[in-house]
Amino acid sequence: MSRAPARDEDAALVTGAARFLDDLDPLPGTLVAAVVRSPHPHARIRSVDLEAARAHPGVAAVIGPDEVRAAVRPFPLSTSTPMPYLPSAVDVARYVGEPVAVVVASDRYVAEDACELVEVDYEPLDVVVDTRAALTDEAVLLHPEAGTNIATDRTFSFGDVDGAFERADHVVRGEYTFPRYSSVPMECYGVVAHWGVETVEVWANFHGPFTMVPVAAGALGVPVSRFRLHVPADIGGSFGIKSGIYPYVVLMALASRHAGRPVRWTEDRVEHLLASSSGAGRVMAFEAAVSSGGAVEALRVDLVDDVGAYLRPPEPSTLYRCFGNITGAYDVPAVGIRARAVVTNRAPTGLNRGFGGQQLYFGLERLMDAVAARTGLDVAEVRRRNLVRSFPHRTPTGGLYDSGDYPGALDLLLAKGGYDELRSRQVQARAEGAYYGVGLALVVDPSGTNIGYVGLATPAPERKPGRDKSGSTEIVRASVDLQGVVTVLLGSVPQGQGHATVARRVAAARLGLPVEQVRAVVDMDTASTPWTVTSGSYSSRFAPLVTSAVVAAVDRLAETVWAGASVLLGVPPEGLELADGSVRDPASGASCLFRHAAGVVHWDPGSLPAGAPARLATEGEFVPPEAVAATAEDRINSSLCYGFVAEMVGVRIDPDTLVVTLDRVATVHDAGTILDPVLLEGQVLGALVHGLGGAAYEEFRYSPAGQPTSATFLDYLCPTSAETAFDLVSDHVSSPSPLTPLGAKGCGEGSSMSLPVAYANAVADALAPAGVAIDSLPLHGSVIHELLCERTSGL
Amino acid sequence: MKAAPFAYCRPDSVDEAVDVLAGGDAKVLAGGQSLVPVLAMRLGRPGTLVDITRLPGLDSLVIEDGQLHVGAAVRQRTIERSAHVASVPLVARALPFVGHRELRSRGTVCGSLAHADPAAELPAVAACLGASVLVRGPRGDRVVDAREFVTGAMTTAVGPDELVTGVRFPVARDGEGFGFAEIARRHGDFALAGVAVRVRGDEATLAAFGVSDRPVVRELTLDDPTESALRPTTDALAADIVDTDGDAHGSRGYRARLLGVLAARELARAHREAHR
Repeated sequence: MSRAPARDEDAALVTGAARFLDDLDPLPGTLVAAVVRSPHPHARIRSVDLEAARAHPGVAAVIGPDEVRAAVRPFPLSTSTPMPYLPSAVDVARYVGEPVAVVVASDRYVAEDACELVEVDYEPLDVVVDTRAALTDEAVLLHPEAGTNIATDRTFSFGDVDGAFERADHVVRGEYTFPRYSSVPMECYGVVAHWGVETVEVWANFHGPFTMVPVAAGALGVPVSRFRLHVPADIGGSFGIKSGIYPYVVLMALASRHAGRPVRWTEDRVEHLLASSSGAGRVMAFEAAVSSGGAVEALRVDLVDDVGAYLRPPEPSTLYRCFGNITGAYDVPAVGIRARAVVTNRAPTGLNRGFGGQQLYFGLERLMDAVAARTGLDVAEVRRRNLVRSFPHRTPTGGLYDSGDYPGALDLLLAKGGYDELRSRQVQARAEGAYYGVGLALVVDPSGTNIGYVGLATPAPERKPGRDKSGSTEIVRASVDLQGVVTVLLGSVPQGQGHATVARRVAAARLGLPVEQVRAVVDMDTASTPWTVTSGSYSSRFAPLVTSAVVAAVDRLAETVWAGASVLLGVPPEGLELADGSVRDPASGASCLFRHAAGVVHWDPGSLPAGAPARLATEGEFVPPEAVAATAEDRINSSLCYGFVAEMVGVRIDPDTLVVTLDRVATVHDAGTILDPVLLEGQVLGALVHGLGGAAYEEFRYSPAGQPTSATFLDYLCPTSAETAFDLVSDHVSSPSPLTPLGAKGCGEGSSMSLPVAYANAVADALAPAGVAIDSLPLHGSVIHELLCERTSGL
Repeated sequence: MKAAPFAYCRPDSVDEAVDVLAGGDAKVLAGGQSLVPVLAMRLGRPGTLVDITRLPGLDSLVIEDGQLHVGAAVRQRTIERSAHVASVPLVARALPFVGHRELRSRGTVCGSLAHADPAAELPAVAACLGASVLVRGPRGDRVVDAREFVTGAMTTAVGPDELVTGVRFPVARDGEGFGFAEIARRHGDFALAGVAVRVRGDEATLAAFGVSDRPVVRELTLDDPTESALRPTTDALAADIVDTDGDAHGSRGYRARLLGVLAARELARAHREAHR
């Protein structure tokens, strides 16, 4: 039995015909680079001797601190804290794996041989690895000129927080820790850079945000117009991680300048696990003012992110990406927030699928379980009593929830997921002396980031007038050829999500064409593809923003086709309809083929009435409404759309081996209008497995001395197919967004935010009879064993 | 992650391979599933690799004299799919836990023994069964008892100038029962703790792995062979055997817990099988 693949991209991917960065050979004579990295978590660089490496046969150039210091400006940061960040260490190395030198040679073997000849004289310094320790006055300073390891520290208060806590019947508090982990794309970072006569030209598997383009060009001291970036159509996954590639773009451009030749660098897996990027670790305290009926009247939230050795842009955005939805699914009128980011001797952090959401909801949804325990309410009931019920809903922090049906999604989850059935399994398991637990998580899933939240890291009085940031504009080009085939050009830099498949279908439906008459081409060349400062494949922006721009572009193209049809049909263009590959006059019923109408505009534009639109290629943009800059009171609608996820996890824990088995995962998503159910299901599954990685398997660990202890796949454990054969129930509700033309919202990250805490809640529920507190991840047998031992010894 | 320069040598005979090894600074390359990553990460840099996978005679997989003979070039996947594997049930049960199928398609049985990872399955199976490891060196052939073969973490009784040419596992006899189990973080990972068990009558041999620097073999008499009755004994045994600091995947205490549980379960299972 044959069946068409679900996605247009799949045939090339499964036959090995896709072309990833390392498959491209865009420039003749390209040399290969390898990076010398610091083996120390913190060390002064006394001297670097590059001569032996430069003399090695096959080596074209070696650059080190002197070359970087002379030519590269520190990257512009999101705050004014003096913690200068360069693409490699010049005076002090601040984490294991930080680049110190680059060798350019004839091939990677020779380059690595020569790397061993680079002599670096290090003076080891004291380290600070622990997030809480980094906050203290005793901690060694990573950037002494800053006088602190705290890169940003802001306090916010919205509504009558103190009053609510004074009036509260219960004050429920919890402290939680969220680990660092990644998404581990199959393809690592790749760069080809050429320092040309006029232009720095780069190929990289970078997927935005394109705010990093001016950041990278600025570090090189060239205008954006002389910095040309190509992104291949095929990227082997990223999930946010590859946004951290831009320092290597700068470094390889400089290496090319010194080598006088184009330079290729392909990151290997050890480099990737040591020094690419990861989600930020967080320590946090949550406090709820709760009425006797279980209503949460106010929240206090204290967040401390460990961003690693530098505040690498776009950090500290992990703190702010979810600012508008910091109260989650709940109607909480008042919230107080302290948001800090500290530097430690660990690798810098950044985007990771769910960005900021998994950290936030780990605290908020563990707290809701604590509220349930304190009030004696069922965990589903206490959540239900606090849900946002009317839309649009303005949150105290400025978020504008566009649409939703949270109680409906929760009811569907409990019914389809079999909440009562899982509870009866729990009763039976406990009667048999076994552990069984059920965990819930309800999360608001933001999509289409409003870049304006970046401003929050700077106090309002210090924000420069006229220099506000806002929005998330997307732009798409559409054209129609002389045979009537429509092309949609996407600069959306997908990482495998299937953008072309969806864009093609959206355009075809909008133009009344069979999909065969539309093609979607993915290509990013900053010199020719339309792009904006917020372009990129991040914050689930394809569905809400890119498809909206596709609609705008093809709607404009339709005017051209109507003009051609009006000539063929002898009627005015106004009111013509597009359907079934034809243009039809509803008044007379007369019609002509779409391709003939387009053909008139190509072949016989002289026949068009004066002033008729004859745009054979045109652009459409989408400027999201409601995405404005932060107010003087620090309120921000941090995303355009807000979807919803209701998730439930049932776990069984073997009382002897303490092995945790996922008995069931049930998940209900509301992503507004569903554009493609198969692709949506793929996003749900992928995010669930990503979340499972953080919940039970993955963690970037460091020894107390600052050495990474999970730098290979022997120690950094990603879930494989064997770990993901759990019983899954997935369903959807659909609350179309009033803010996007198709009603679609983003859907790429939801369960990455919800599954980690749903899993933790389930494990906590299972172990509740044993009196074990769960406040961190990952959770697996050894961790549970130690928790049980601590409890025993504490008695 | 590219290897430092090395010479590659594919000899025509076992003796020639031994000659090259005797020249010093050489390492045997069979399946390469452990060695090649070590080379790529430059954690080891032998001057010469001696590829033994095409040496005549080393692909031998036969049953003779009540023993399953596995030559040094025999891939794990080959024996896993061979009809002979049923004659040594413990090997059959352990093989699916050795890495993943793709790794077993390249990895060799003898390579796993020679690599001697403390958490590896096959050295424990060989030790449990009292298998014989066949070694050839400049002074000729010798046979090493599998229980004396591994001398520490990643170290064996094989000299740098010697080559493992094969291993002989005793074929199961009537009245024997077997048990094998391990627990790892994920399927295919090195075990946090594991056991290989053989029972004859009420006498049991247990080999524990993943809990010390080498497989640990203990002989037991099973008075009451039920799992619950065995637990106090196996828990005490585990506390005695476990000799590792543990790590983030499995603390020392957790590994001891697992060993106690798995040993009782598999001893009981093997006893039932032996008395069927």
